[in-house]
Amino acid sequence: MRLTTLMATTAAAVLFAASASAQTVGVTDDTIKIGNTSPYSGPASSYGVIGKTHQAYWKAINEAGGLKMGDGKTRKVEIISLDDGYSPPKTVEQVRKLVEQEGVAMTFNTLGTPTNSAIHRYMNAKKVPHLFLATGASKWGHPDKFPWTMGFQPTYDVEGAIYAAYALKNVENPKIAILFQNDDYGKDYRDGFLKALGDKADKLVVKMLPYEVTDPTVDAQVLEMAASGANVFFNVTIPKFAAQAIKKACEIDWKPLHLLNNVSSSVGATLKPAGLECSKSQGLITAQWLKDPTDPQWADTDGFKEWSAWMDKNMPDGDRGDVNYAFGYNASTLLKHVLENCADFSRPGIMACAANIKDFELPMTLPGIKVNTSPTDFYPVQAEQLSKFNGEKWVLFGEIIDASSH
Amino acid sequence: MTRPNRITPALLIGFLAAVGFAVILPHLVSNFTTYQLTLAMSWGVAMLGLNVLTGYNGQFSIGHSAFFAAGAYGAAIMIEHAGWGPYEAIAAAAGFSFIFGFLFGLPALRLEGLYLALATFGLAVATPQLLKFDAFEDWTGGVQGIFVPKPAPLLEGLSADQSLYYVALAIMVFLMVITWCILHSRSGRAMMAIRDNPIAARTMGINLPLVKTTTFGISAMFAGIGGALFTYSSEFVSPDAFNFFIAVYILVGSVIGGIVSIPGAIFGGLFVVFMPHVAEDVSNIYTFIPPPWAVFGVFLILVIYFVPFGIWGGIERLAAWTKRKMAG
Amino acid sequence: MDLFFQLTLAGLAIGSVYACVALAVVMIYQATDHFNFAQGEMAMFSTFIAFTFLTFGAPVWLAAVGAIALSFIAGLIIERVVIKPVENAPVLNQIIVFIGLLMILNNVAGWIWEFTIKPFPSLFPADWGFHSDLIGPHHIGVIGLTLIVLLAIYLFFRFTRVGLAMRAAAANPDSARLVGVSVSWMLALGWGLAAGVGAIGGILVAPIVYLDPNMMSGVLLYAFAGALLGGVSSPFGAAMGGLIIGVLENWVGQYVPGGSELKLTFALAIIVIVLLFKPAGIFGRVVVKRV
Repeated sequence: MRLTTLMATTAAAVLFAASASAQTVGVTDDTIKIGNTSPYSGPASSYGVIGKTHQAYWKAINEAGGLKMGDGKTRKVEIISLDDGYSPPKTVEQVRKLVEQEGVAMTFNTLGTPTNSAIHRYMNAKKVPHLFLATGASKWGHPDKFPWTMGFQPTYDVEGAIYAAYALKNVENPKIAILFQNDDYGKDYRDGFLKALGDKADKLVVKMLPYEVTDPTVDAQVLEMAASGANVFFNVTIPKFAAQAIKKACEIDWKPLHLLNNVSSSVGATLKPAGLECSKSQGLITAQWLKDPTDPQWADTDGFKEWSAWMDKNMPDGDRGDVNYAFGYNASTLLKHVLENCADFSRPGIMACAANIKDFELPMTLPGIKVNTSPTDFYPVQAEQLSKFNGEKWVLFGEIIDASSH
Repeated sequence: MTRPNRITPALLIGFLAAVGFAVILPHLVSNFTTYQLTLAMSWGVAMLGLNVLTGYNGQFSIGHSAFFAAGAYGAAIMIEHAGWGPYEAIAAAAGFSFIFGFLFGLPALRLEGLYLALATFGLAVATPQLLKFDAFEDWTGGVQGIFVPKPAPLLEGLSADQSLYYVALAIMVFLMVITWCILHSRSGRAMMAIRDNPIAARTMGINLPLVKTTTFGISAMFAGIGGALFTYSSEFVSPDAFNFFIAVYILVGSVIGGIVSIPGAIFGGLFVVFMPHVAEDVSNIYTFIPPPWAVFGVFLILVIYFVPFGIWGGIERLAAWTKRKMAG
Repeated sequence: MDLFFQLTLAGLAIGSVYACVALAVVMIYQATDHFNFAQGEMAMFSTFIAFTFLTFGAPVWLAAVGAIALSFIAGLIIERVVIKPVENAPVLNQIIVFIGLLMILNNVAGWIWEFTIKPFPSLFPADWGFHSDLIGPHHIGVIGLTLIVLLAIYLFFRFTRVGLAMRAAAANPDSARLVGVSVSWMLALGWGLAAGVGAIGGILVAPIVYLDPNMMSGVLLYAFAGALLGGVSSPFGAAMGGLIIGVLENWVGQYVPGGSELKLTFALAIIVIVLLFKPAGIFGRVVVKRV
């Protein structure tokens, strides 16, 4: 081949390669920029821990040289995480900053239901992968209308339905009281529960009380529910109020079938403050998908050992009892799996990779629960198992309930 | 600085230059910055309303988030449920919040200073609850909120963000001019008279109830217009976004910008939109620096120490000082 | 009927906390004519200080006393350093400083101690003699301690020289200066005392609502409402206002149709209506202005 032709061909090849990888915003040969918004201030700031876990996770990988991704390139992963204070307009501003100013390739594990609702259409209009949202609302798994948004955890309405089924099956003459947070998350759980009760709902539900996240206490609501004669208590509250409600129920000697939403099932964050003896006496039931870090039955599993060693090294001051650390670790592990197995780092390519996860097990998930996605299934984790608190840990019972049919 | 400035040649030139600069600005900066400037103007319009009410009429309000929300939701509901276009919806938002403000102003007549503050405070705190109330859910969308698409560009070649920016700019300039006119009229003098000495004002024959409630209405109307612009920028309204903190934000911006002034509103708007990002950057420099909102709190305190009459007050004093220096 | 008593007593208990914070708010108001928005965050910060003492192994009462003492000093310092520059500035400027203080305290607390809730032990042991289905020992302790604090404050202002000097400084600073009262230091003292009382409120409420940086934001709302309802010219009135709000809140939630969803709205509407008829608050004195 003539020299000039060779040079021209080489030049063309180099240019082509360079332009191919420079095509996707936020992706270069040695880095990928990913955006995240979390509440590091404001009423939901206890979930800020999840964002901090991501930072620690990827810092460790970056310091070890980066992650080898499915297209052969080893890249550092830069997660730019901004505070939105759990305020939807602020989330809009911060996500626009991430997408338009910072130039991220995608967002990952953005937290909150109203906050994600605010950016839902924007992300799809801009065609930016909006992956693994940290919220259990049911609206994130609709690839037909919103092809760029994908949920992560089991949805609240499915969980609510699980509790409703359990109550109907195990309580004769159930008289149900529901305490719920007066926002998207609380109402999602409540509506899922009510829907599963069907037309019996009106008869069986004797008390439905909301509370605001700005309220100091829910003691009054607990008093009212107890006085209504309810024997089933569906507790849809965040840890602070869940602990208050559990404690108050003990104080007034009210012992209903106490169904606690997964959001507040952490032993360290909720049950210890409420009192372990008290929690045991309430016979708390919850649906789980994560391994509770304080549960000794997981201590010998590979997944737990991996997480525990990682915590020792990277977040030694982290509260082991706070399940948010496990949540964050799981989410980042899932992201790692997607990146490792992805060959096409264009934005549609990333979406396709995310929609192609087969039977992947996360380290801090209950054994038997696997992540599965497909172009028509945008709900990565849809299985949960019921468990009961025995004073020390959550004891699983029954079967894994898989709600893959959506 | 208790009276609005007279129009001096310097002021007029400065104003026109500023408007001119504002017109070309979107073409100098990114879409994202244009969007942020639009947010700043949305806040600025609301703050102008508070300046009129508190700065020029002496009535306290820490509840302007309620009127802001009234405008935001008013516009969203008209677009979503009545199929109105975005610009008619702004008019709806304005009308709706004016009436709301006027009606609120009526019982407010009996409340002075502190107690008016409490009543407005109560209003602000109650607003998210009212918006979430199940009975209103069909209209307000409840906790799910309402999605409001950004208005399509008015002119070809403009992005939606730029188009909205110009709409906001036009509204802002228009309202500033209107405010100046009102303040220089008999009504304006009546407002300020009530602020300075209500008893003397009444003795002079000023109809206190009428002036005060109308001022409340106007102030609420401005806040409502700001709310509508804000909604178009964010493309989404939800109840918890309009909590008491928003009222604090508006108050903070008004005072920092200069509450007894008209241009102060712009500075206030720019401050509350851009300073949190500056605080974020400062906070990230070293790990021993506290989180962004703590840094922002420090900014607030420092600014108010150094410019007790707000940023505009500071500018005026600087201009006066410069003039003195140059004259002698 | 049982529920009614339970709700009322629970309302009185949380109302006592509102009363404590309302008291602190009113004390600063009396001394400076302005509402300290940062009162709640100061109380929260004080409670975290007490928590830190607890983690070092101190017994609850000692940790509490230590925190209250430190808060008193901190209140003094904050007034001298942060508030003094705006002592003579317009009201609104002072409010901005309070808001700035609020933001700083809240976020620094979250930075140091994180946002996950922490259990805080009660000052009152669980096996106190008195025990009833209607109300627990901690709640009784809260009500009791608040009344004692109220009494102490009343006695302080009424019967001590310093208390008299503080009242003089607040009522008529110029005249007070003329008779030798250091108005500036009286302000600082006022802040110190208010910080101490706020700390007590925080330590009393933490066992009920759990300790976290956002613990006081809800409480402050109601405390303000209580202070204004009861009348800001009288500490007694403010405290009563706090108690009334606590009980009212619970009654509205249970007995007013639709009340559970609009508790806050109704409670505040009631306050506004009361104020329309009694503008100085239930127990307040109307200040007559001379032309």
